[in-house]
Amino acid sequence: MTGDTAARPQKRGFALSDVWLIFGRRGSLKQLGILGALVVIIAIFQIWTGGTTLAPGNVINIVQAYSFILLLSVGMVMVIIAGHIDLSVGSVAAFVAIVVATAMRDWELPWWGGVLLGIALGAAIGAFQGFWVAYIGVPAFIVTLAGMLIWRGAQQYVGQAQTVAVPAEFRQALYGFMPEVGPPTPYNNLTLLLGALVVAAIVFFQWRSRAKRKKLNAILEPLWVTLTRTGILCAVVIYATLLFGSGRVGTSFPISGIILAVLIIFYAFLTSRTTLGRHIYAVGGNRRAAELSGVHARRTDFFVMMNMSTLAGVAGMLWAARAGAAGPGDGTGWELDAIAGVFIGGAAVAGGIGTVFGSVIGGLVMAVLNNGLQLVGITTDRMQIIKGLVLLVAVGIDVLNKQQGRFSFIGIMLGRLRATRAQQEVEEISPGSQRPDPPGKSGPG
Amino acid sequence: MAEDVNHLLQMVNITKRFPGVTALDSVNLAVREGEIHAICGENGAGKSTLMKVLSGVYPAGSYEGEIVYRGEVQRFGNIAASENAGIVIIHQELALVPELSITENIFLGHELNRLGVIDWDEARRRTAELLQQVDLNEDPDTPVKYLGVGKQQLVEIAKALEKDVQLLILDEPTAALNERDSQHLLRLITGLRDRGVTSIMISHKLGEIEQIADTITIIRDGKTIETLAVDGTIDEDRIIRGMVGRTLGNRFPDRSSRVGEVFFEVRDWTVQHPLDPSRLVAKNAAFTVRRGEIVGFAGLMGAGRTELAMSVFGNQYGTRMSGEAFIDGRPVKLRNVKQAISAGLAYVSEDRKSLGLNLLDPIKRAIVSAKLSRISTGGVIDELQETRHAEEYRRDLRIKAADVEVGVDTLSGGNQQKVVLAKWMFSEPELLILDEPTRGIDVGAKAEIYQIMRRLAESGKGIVLISSELPELIGMADRIYTIFEGEITAELDAADVDQETLMRHMAPTKKGSAA
Repeated sequence: MTGDTAARPQKRGFALSDVWLIFGRRGSLKQLGILGALVVIIAIFQIWTGGTTLAPGNVINIVQAYSFILLLSVGMVMVIIAGHIDLSVGSVAAFVAIVVATAMRDWELPWWGGVLLGIALGAAIGAFQGFWVAYIGVPAFIVTLAGMLIWRGAQQYVGQAQTVAVPAEFRQALYGFMPEVGPPTPYNNLTLLLGALVVAAIVFFQWRSRAKRKKLNAILEPLWVTLTRTGILCAVVIYATLLFGSGRVGTSFPISGIILAVLIIFYAFLTSRTTLGRHIYAVGGNRRAAELSGVHARRTDFFVMMNMSTLAGVAGMLWAARAGAAGPGDGTGWELDAIAGVFIGGAAVAGGIGTVFGSVIGGLVMAVLNNGLQLVGITTDRMQIIKGLVLLVAVGIDVLNKQQGRFSFIGIMLGRLRATRAQQEVEEISPGSQRPDPPGKSGPG
Repeated sequence: MAEDVNHLLQMVNITKRFPGVTALDSVNLAVREGEIHAICGENGAGKSTLMKVLSGVYPAGSYEGEIVYRGEVQRFGNIAASENAGIVIIHQELALVPELSITENIFLGHELNRLGVIDWDEARRRTAELLQQVDLNEDPDTPVKYLGVGKQQLVEIAKALEKDVQLLILDEPTAALNERDSQHLLRLITGLRDRGVTSIMISHKLGEIEQIADTITIIRDGKTIETLAVDGTIDEDRIIRGMVGRTLGNRFPDRSSRVGEVFFEVRDWTVQHPLDPSRLVAKNAAFTVRRGEIVGFAGLMGAGRTELAMSVFGNQYGTRMSGEAFIDGRPVKLRNVKQAISAGLAYVSEDRKSLGLNLLDPIKRAIVSAKLSRISTGGVIDELQETRHAEEYRRDLRIKAADVEVGVDTLSGGNQQKVVLAKWMFSEPELLILDEPTRGIDVGAKAEIYQIMRRLAESGKGIVLISSELPELIGMADRIYTIFEGEITAELDAADVDQETLMRHMAPTKKGSAA
């Protein structure tokens, strides 16, 4: 073997292929394609609506109106990665919402009591469904199809097909805005503070990751790559901060948006950086191999199903807070929006592939489409046709690319670049090998 | 070969190459009309490949050489073409649809019909006739899933007869059958011969071959070694010599002399088949492994080697009825994989693609997957540590890939196998069970894997090597257990054992009087 592979990249000069490092490692390239699609869709609507799409009021509205779908997408992607599906989320959300609303009305629970009750109820429903999936072995499709009926029926039974209003504190806590504090500025001060904190966090984590790699003498990306990435991320956050902060007085970055952001970060971390997350991918990718590696596949199934219903409960409460009441029609068709978002975000029907980040982007695509088409006055009938076609085309492109062994059109170009680079590296390594046998036909394809 | 003999089939200089491997190298096979022709050879010698060439699974053009059948050169493009010519192959894994009835299975794909409407009465009548011919007393409407393997085999033959078979190819027809069913089947094949059906039979059971074959062709390492006429002078020893008669080069690294104390022991291990509780895949098995020792498990396909190993590795096969395991004299519970791993066991599966790897993983994720606790604290994975460990193994085992981000699905078989080995080495085991670790990989990678095994043994680990390649077992192992039908039939010192002795213990016959 030649010397330390780890040291080499530091000495390499500027290379075009490094540009892609800005957006992360290989695995995240696929999301780049869908992120690009989102930007294009936003741009189209921005022009089509004459600037309304990206107006502060509308952006705040998008976050508030669709946060529950994004939340469901986050839970759903984990279910789908593990190789299952959950059709019951809409019914579970509606059932939890009506129970929480009724409990707060009849038992005079405080708003936080209602929230805790909702979370516990969602978890209990999830445990019930997870038990059937993981330990009885009924396919999740069937269990949640049953759940879809059961919880919808239960919702109508509890609410007696009536609408139940939720208290104002509950609305403010889940759906409201941050207060105006401090010196009068053209912006909402707490939003500015939040933005500043996020920028600081980005800089800190980028710096820390670099420092740690340096300390451990691991492969270090070129400095300009780190700086550019940090710069782009901070610019996006600052733009968003000013956007959300400059709405009409009394509005800010919405609280539901904060709840959503925290949960997205939490679950992105969970799936990508924890052993539990690894187990979910492993079970969905090759269940038997995972079991033979010591993964408790059933426990993993149980967790994803339980987690999904818990999040569905939270989504139901967010919705009730926005609407001011829990009603019989809540949650109808949510499962479809959530599932569509997950698949647009690059998850595989067979399991094992998908990311929280991709699903959020996929969910945003659906949200912006909904919102934009509404703004330009396209009615629900045609909107459904368009959404259906977008789902079909997006997943169709993904499938075609996978058949060719590439992730996306961008991936095709990147793949070439990378293959060239990989080839060079193999050639660098091989001469040092002491074995006389030829390199063979292996290596990256 | 004399020209005047009436040959039904001649395969001339058949060469079949796969990327990196020549599976068949100028193989010749001549089958006379109306005989039973046996093909013998070790696992991987090329028998099945040859039959796949003949039946059109590998279409004309993908191999070199000529197939002359009934005096004409044939170029079969697919199985349907060879079946039209009257050549029917019955695979080891039966190709019946369990939910369908015997009749439906027999006529599947060429249903008797008038304008697309199936004539079930006629089909049933013909089925009853065919079942009589194969001496199977079952209702034609019985779903196939209710039949035992032996009867299913007969349905397969009935199906072949329905296609007006001229040349019947049987791949290990008795492998899954008990003695009585086997004898029934062999009588049936002999009966077919008397009615003019020519058969080619692939079998490991030399006793059966001796019993019914007229001619034997021996294949070794993808080459025809010899063709023998069975005339009373041929016995099992003669066949075995032909099958295994290769000289052992120094393909194997030298043995170490540092074999230590017994540290792993299994006693009285009995396992039921998962679907058929009356079948025991391991019967009171007992074995020991010393530190620094490579212990070989020899046995024919289906003898129960893999089943025993997987059962020991956290009850991953069948139902354990009895059995205890000890590490350093202390009893250990091996109730699930997690317990087995923490007890220091590792099992490298024979089927790396479906049991060993998640093919969606990049190399680094695959390598750490059996022991995430080594790179995580409080359930949070340290990705830097992951990459560093994976890089270490990549370089150490010479996995040919640019870096550890490369997907395992893009690697060659040999490199995938190294990734699986790395995965289990990363789990820091004391005992590694390697199940066919060199199956389907090229010679160069094999040698490297032998080196790795030897190194592991020298570092004091115990290794169980399950292999169908006898030279590999003799070359690598210190001690060899032979297994037959779930029972350990012998324990042999690898230093003074030859392949013929092993074979005899792996397939004991009445006169073999083994163990």
